[in-house]
Parts: sequence; structure tokens; C-alpha cells
Amino acid sequence: MTKKPTVTADKSDAAGGGAAFAGAPVNARLSKDAKIALYRSMVRIRRFEERSLRAYQAKKIGGFLHLYIGQEAVAVGCCSLMTKDDHVITAYRDHGHALAVGMEMKPLMAELYGKATGCSKGKGGSMHFFDPERNYWGGHGIVGGQVPLGAGLAYGLKYKGVKGACMTFMGDGAVNQGAVHEAYNLAALWQLPVVFVIENNGYSMGTSQARSSAGELARRAEGYGMAWGVCDGHNLYEVRASMEKFLAAAREESKPAIVEVRTYRYRGHSVADPDNTYRNKAEIEDYRKTKDPIQVFQNVLIGEGVLTEEAAGQIDAEARAEADVSAEFAEASPFPAVEDITKDVYWEADNPSERKSQGRLFFE
Amino acid sequence: MPVITYREALRHALAEELQRDANVVVMGEEVAQFNGAYKVTEGLLEKFGPKRIVDTPISEAGFIGMGIGASMLGVRPVMELMFWSFYSVAFDQILNNAANVRYMSGGLIHCPIVIRGPANGGTNVGATHSHTPENILANHPGVKVVCPATPYDAKGLLKSAIRDNDPVFFLENTILYGDKGEVPNEEYVIPLGSAEVKREGGDLTIVAHGRAVINSLAAAQLLKQEHDISAEVVDLRSIRPLDEATVLASVRKTHRVLLVEENKPFCGVGAQLAYLIQEQAFDDLDAPIKRVSAIDAPAIYSPPLEVEQLPHPQRILKAAIELLK
Repeated sequence: MTKKPTVTADKSDAAGGGAAFAGAPVNARLSKDAKIALYRSMVRIRRFEERSLRAYQAKKIGGFLHLYIGQEAVAVGCCSLMTKDDHVITAYRDHGHALAVGMEMKPLMAELYGKATGCSKGKGGSMHFFDPERNYWGGHGIVGGQVPLGAGLAYGLKYKGVKGACMTFMGDGAVNQGAVHEAYNLAALWQLPVVFVIENNGYSMGTSQARSSAGELARRAEGYGMAWGVCDGHNLYEVRASMEKFLAAAREESKPAIVEVRTYRYRGHSVADPDNTYRNKAEIEDYRKTKDPIQVFQNVLIGEGVLTEEAAGQIDAEARAEADVSAEFAEASPFPAVEDITKDVYWEADNPSERKSQGRLFFE
Repeated sequence: MPVITYREALRHALAEELQRDANVVVMGEEVAQFNGAYKVTEGLLEKFGPKRIVDTPISEAGFIGMGIGASMLGVRPVMELMFWSFYSVAFDQILNNAANVRYMSGGLIHCPIVIRGPANGGTNVGATHSHTPENILANHPGVKVVCPATPYDAKGLLKSAIRDNDPVFFLENTILYGDKGEVPNEEYVIPLGSAEVKREGGDLTIVAHGRAVINSLAAAQLLKQEHDISAEVVDLRSIRPLDEATVLASVRKTHRVLLVEENKPFCGVGAQLAYLIQEQAFDDLDAPIKRVSAIDAPAIYSPPLEVEQLPHPQRILKAAIELLK
């Protein structure tokens, strides 16, 4: 027996359609302030990412930088549903989730700069942000590698008897990794409280979905007897309304699910991607004009009388200023010292008074 | 003192730690209903129930990764690999996630997970099932690697491994599972990173780990009986952390060193030891360091040839005599 998807993508369209899910209970109960906070959260991600790109172009940031611009409603929508017992793990496009769970800009920007004041003390970089205090478990660099960990966080909740769920994010490129399917199977087999969220931005690096994945991505859940759904990721209300059902089923009934959220990124896969080989500018412009998640939600809130253009401008200015301050903080912060290279490797080495093992842990 | 098998010693360690800490869970292929592919976990399902003793699908990347994720939340999974050889299909989980997540999080996270199972050749199962990856595992800062040779050590080290807050990879040996030895009823633990002199001697030092210790002890016996050579045998027990003090003390006593391991020679554990010894005890050496490793090819199936490929007492004996020339 195959299960029907519980959400379809046909309920909202382009500009103005963002209000379609306003009446969903999870959205209807939002206060005016809560709605503005959601809007602000998306704007902060956008401005943080833009500021980090400028820092990258100024050669302040090394390595890769996978920007979340265009996908803001996904992380903000999903993470806004978290209870204190819910958890999040994602892949390397992880800045948006970090801000959405409440991490501050300063330690994130400092991490990008490789500074000791970074959230991982300059040891993780862009792809490896963590904040276990906020139930945010990274930030993982290998495509699909975090998905079994997400199943494990859900297993841990169930084992300990905690009523919570783990949202395990991945991109559309991850769905073809073996470890992802192994995690799907375990989640379904043991009914783990996990919601796998596929952020489908259409391209696994430079390869379009049509050229990389057979079938419908979330429908693969049927093979494992899991519930699944699809929703539009540019519409914050729709993301929240769709996810809430699956999260509730995970929390209350320990039922896993796969949700595909259709989104888009404006920038290349990473800053190393010149973005001129696999899609055309018109496609990007069309999304920007008609489906930009921030613009869509701004229109909705203005329509609801919750927000004014002036207030939106104020929020934007504050986010830009906050991002600038975070860059100044990062710039002024010290790099880690050479002695720091071998810290945070072993728990025992970092807690010498509690060390029980003997012998040499580090070598030359 | 009771005499029990290596297998039973491991089982007792698991049972005691399951009893002591409700966060400990034993998981792996065939560990519960089937009582373990090698019967290490026999009877544990009956005693602790299906929440604590969990059969997994044949899905190493999935269940090992799941265990690592659970360990980040404070569960203490003891994962059985039916063979350590299967670590290759979970390599990303073991060595990108378990080994690195503490570092990449700037010390915010740790993974108190144990992955255990047999890692050995010598059972005619061919190259895919005969890997001894202790050198490859130990190459990754952030992990600990343990290779017990005796029932007593197996129990004491496994208990320490389960209590450890870092990921510990525990490499057993199917050929040793039936070996018997004295194991006290009273509780004890053996710290990781403590080597042991298993036999005292004055003419040369043999450093080994795992089953190579047993073969080295047999060789030492022959050396004494047939050649009146007195070999000291140091059992590393733990590869990382490494008890360099015990190794160096023995080198300074005998001045000649033979390194024995079942690993392949290239970048084997012996390579690291040889570097350490020449650096720390160069002036104490009366001869170049020698090694006995597996003959450098994938594990051969042919039973009599596989015996030859691995270090055995006669090969060790021959190398020891050459070292003393």
C-alpha cells in the first residue's frame, strides 16, 4: 500500500500567494510580534550572507562559502516550530539554520574569519557550525553524511524517553547517497522521531535535479512505508503549515517522514562556482522577482497590516548594521594560537583532571 | 581465580557495564536474537531485553552513524561490527563524524561510542574479511584504538572503553575468542594506554599487539628453549593512546628491538614505534630495529599460505636470531 503525500505543492503560486496558508492553525496563532520576528529572522540571514560574501571577496574568509540566499524561509519556517526538545542537524549550507535556531551573528562571522572567538573557535569553518545548547548539531561537510547522525539524535530522544523530534536537513544532491537510504530504513524500521527535510534548490552543485535523481525525491519514502510531503519553500507560512504536521507526528507518535521543500538559491553552489554553466540568469531573475521568500512574506505582512514598508526598511537597516558589527567583531578578534591546534581533539585531553587513560595521545 | 575464555571476558564486561549504566546499549548485526555471530553477546538479550540489546540491519554506515548521533546526546552505544573489515562501508561515519565532530565543534560535542568486533586474518576468509585497520584508525586524532590479546585484558580494557568519553575502537580477534585465561570475579578496569610486559627478558625486546603477542610469547619460549635467548615481550594493548614509557624502558634494558604485528608493513603500527624508538632511545640501540609484519599482499585465501603470510612463531624466531647476530 502506498501512502498519499499529505501536502502538495499546488496551493500557493507566485507573488501574493504567500497568504494561502495564513489560516493554518500554526500560523493563525502567531502574534503580530511573532510574525515580525520571523520576518526579521529571514532578513538577518540574507544580510549576514551578503556581508560574509563581501568578506570572502575581500579575502577575509578562506575555503568554501555556501550561501543560503534564496532559501531563508526553509530554515526559518522549520526552526520556528522547534520546542525545547526538538533538534536540528544539517549539511554544509548551514548558516541559515544556525541563525534560525538563535545563534548570534558575531561568533558565526568570527568562525568564517577563522578566529578564536568563532562558534567552533576557528576550527570548523563555514561548513561546521554547531550549538548543542540550542540543539543545533551542525553543520556537516560530507553530502548526506549527517543524515545517519540525525537518525541517531532521534534514536537518542526515543531511547531516553524524551518527547522531541530531530529535523534532519539535506540538499537535493544528498538523496542519492547510500547513507541517506540506510538512515531512512532505520528511521522507518524503528519508528524514530525524525523528519528528513530535503531542501531542494534544484541543483546538486551544478547538476540539475533532472540530470541527477530518478523519480520524485520525497516519494522515495513510500519504499520505506514513511509519510512524505512536498511544499513550496519560498512561502514561510506554507513551510510552517506543512512541517508542523510531520513534526507533530514525529513528536507525539514517533513517526518519521520525508518532506521535500522546493526552494532556490540565487548564488552558485559555493563561491567557487562561477554559476554560468548550468542555468541562465533569467531563471534566477524570475525567482527573485516572483518568489523571493523575504519579499513574498513582506507582502503578506503588509497585506495583513502587521508590517509597513517603513518598518521593513528599519528591520533591514538593523540587520545590515548587525552584520557589519559582526564583521568588525570578527576582524578585531584574535586568531587561535598554535597551541590551540591540539585542543578540542580528545575530551580526556581537555579534561585532564578527569583523565583515566594513560600514555601518549598526540604524536609527532 | 576463575578461568574463562576471551569471548566470555568480553561478555562479562558488556554485562557489567550494561548493569552499571542505563545509557549503555549494545547494537549490531545478529547481536540479540542470534546471540552474536561469534557468540560474544550470548544471553545478553535474555538478561537485558530488546531496548538494550538491539539487532540492526546489515547497514553499517546507517547504524554506526546512528550510534554516533545518539552518543552526541549522551547515549553510550557499544556497536558490534561483525568484522572490523566492514568498517570500510562506514568509513565516513567513523572517521569523518566520530573522529572529527569534537574538533569541528570547538569542543562543544563529544562522542562516547565504542565500536568493537574482530579484526584479524588467519581464518581463510580472503582479503575482504581479513583487514586489521588499527593503524588506519589510529591515524585519526580524536579516536582511541585498543587491541587486547588475553581474556584478562579484554575485559578490563572493554570496561574502560565503555566508560571513556571519546570514541574508542576496540579490535578483537576471532582466533582468540576461545582462548582461556584467569579473570577475577572482582571488578577491575585496565586504563587505556597502558602496555604490559607479558614476559621478562634481557636479550631483546619484542613489541606486539593483539594475537601477535600470543605468537611472540610462543616465539620467546622457543628462543629460550632452543637458543638460550631471553626475549622480553611487551604487549601494547592500546595503540592510541600509546604507552611509550613501557616500550622505551624495555628498549633501554635490552638494546635490541623486534616489532611484530599482523598489520601490513607500510605505515603499520611498527612504523610509528620505530620512529619513536629511534628518536627517544637512539643511543640505547645496539642494532637496527627489525619488524615482522604480514607479507605485503592482500590476505591470501589458501590456508597453509595464509599461515605463512601472517607473523607466526617461526618467522618471529628467525627475525629475533637475525637481530642478535
